[in-house]
Amino acid sequence: MNKFISLTLRIWRQKRPNEKGQFETYPAKDISTDISILEMLDVINEQLTLEGKDPIAFDHDCREGICGMCGAVVNGHPHGSEKGTTLCQLHMRHFSDGDTIVIEPWRSRAFPIIKDLAVDRSALDRIIQAGGYISVNTGGAPDANAIPIAQEAADKAMDAAACIGCGACVAACPNASAMLFSGAKISHLALLPQGKPEAAKRAIHMLMAMDALGFGNCSNERECEVQCPKEISIVNIARMNREFLKASFFSSEK
Amino acid sequence: MSWLIQTLWSSIGKKLMMAVTGLCFCIFLVGHLAGNLTIYAGKDAFDAYAEGLHALGPLLTLIELGLLIFAIIHITTGLTLFYQNLRARPTRNKVTKRGGGRTIASATMPYTGIILLMFVVMHLINFSFVDKSETTIAQIVSQKFENPIYVLIYVAAMIIVAFHVRHGFWSAFQTLGANHPKYMTTLMALSIILGLVVGFGFGMLPLYISLFS
Repeated sequence: MNKFISLTLRIWRQKRPNEKGQFETYPAKDISTDISILEMLDVINEQLTLEGKDPIAFDHDCREGICGMCGAVVNGHPHGSEKGTTLCQLHMRHFSDGDTIVIEPWRSRAFPIIKDLAVDRSALDRIIQAGGYISVNTGGAPDANAIPIAQEAADKAMDAAACIGCGACVAACPNASAMLFSGAKISHLALLPQGKPEAAKRAIHMLMAMDALGFGNCSNERECEVQCPKEISIVNIARMNREFLKASFFSSEK
Repeated sequence: MSWLIQTLWSSIGKKLMMAVTGLCFCIFLVGHLAGNLTIYAGKDAFDAYAEGLHALGPLLTLIELGLLIFAIIHITTGLTLFYQNLRARPTRNKVTKRGGGRTIASATMPYTGIILLMFVVMHLINFSFVDKSETTIAQIVSQKFENPIYVLIYVAAMIIVAFHVRHGFWSAFQTLGANHPKYMTTLMALSIILGLVVGFGFGMLPLYISLFS
């Protein structure tokens, strides 16, 4: 059942952060439909290396859709057009022989391009640093059932915690906003008793950090939830809005 | 007070201002439409409605002042968001495809908004800031719509307002944090219904006036 297809690739090449980039065309011959798009890029890179050319830089790590490291815009869709999958889970069987595939990096002021398809997503880390944590004393692991948590709250928190921080929501958003990411992170902790004590401080500080990093503003276009590889819902953005407004108007946090 | 400015000028705060003022405009539109429907009852009924409205006196001035302040907030905040959002992505993608979230209405919000601002200015010049000492509003309106260009502009503007309301209404609830599995489907449907009501309700009036009066 081995099938091979040949494709034309149009890939964004950019040597360094502030340099002008451009699209380069690469033929991809006899690509197995069983491999992922990242494995196809590996094949192309092997050829480029043999030809003495600079291989295409792209981010990747686990290659099983859980680490959040990979990501590129494929034919206009972040992580490709398949629902609920990351770039490494996008297999070549979803393409037809003779197709042209355009691969571009995430585009956002807050995500400067490092090289080719690799972008600097540390802006998302800055948001986490501003409050995406809980403060607890270190020591032995606490008893798993010491704090009772309703199944519904646990499920909702888990749905939000499924965010792998890949940045596809920013890439998908027409405004390059990081509201789905921030909403998921704030929701995840706000829904659990462990997150409650710092909820107000967290909501305000994370939003202020997000605003300062150059992301756009949410205009409820809903592209993020559709393109999110973990299918995180904009319900989390509404919860973040609630958390922020509650914290701003009804808590003593500033 | 700095916390208030910080809150209102944050990204969520700006959206909050858009949502609150926008929802007030939705209420205004429904009220305005209800009043305008008296046109179907004849010129006398419409003039009587206008008279009744002006009889409110200081209350009407207060409402008008409120609408003006809300309009200033809605427009300045909206334009700021538009500018910031353009700035957030200096280089666009070569290929951009919709995943299914975006609608024509949501994608055109800043543009429909700017067109509506121009329309509102024109509308006020046409029917509000006119000398009504010798004529009634019903006469002014039927005179204006004798010109087919005005009919066309007004109908077009009402189609645009329908799109603006269609995204704006549900969007305001989402911004206020009111996204709940029990109500969201209804709010989405209401948003479309309100868009249609406003579009058809107002849009049919210039046609009716130009054809039957």
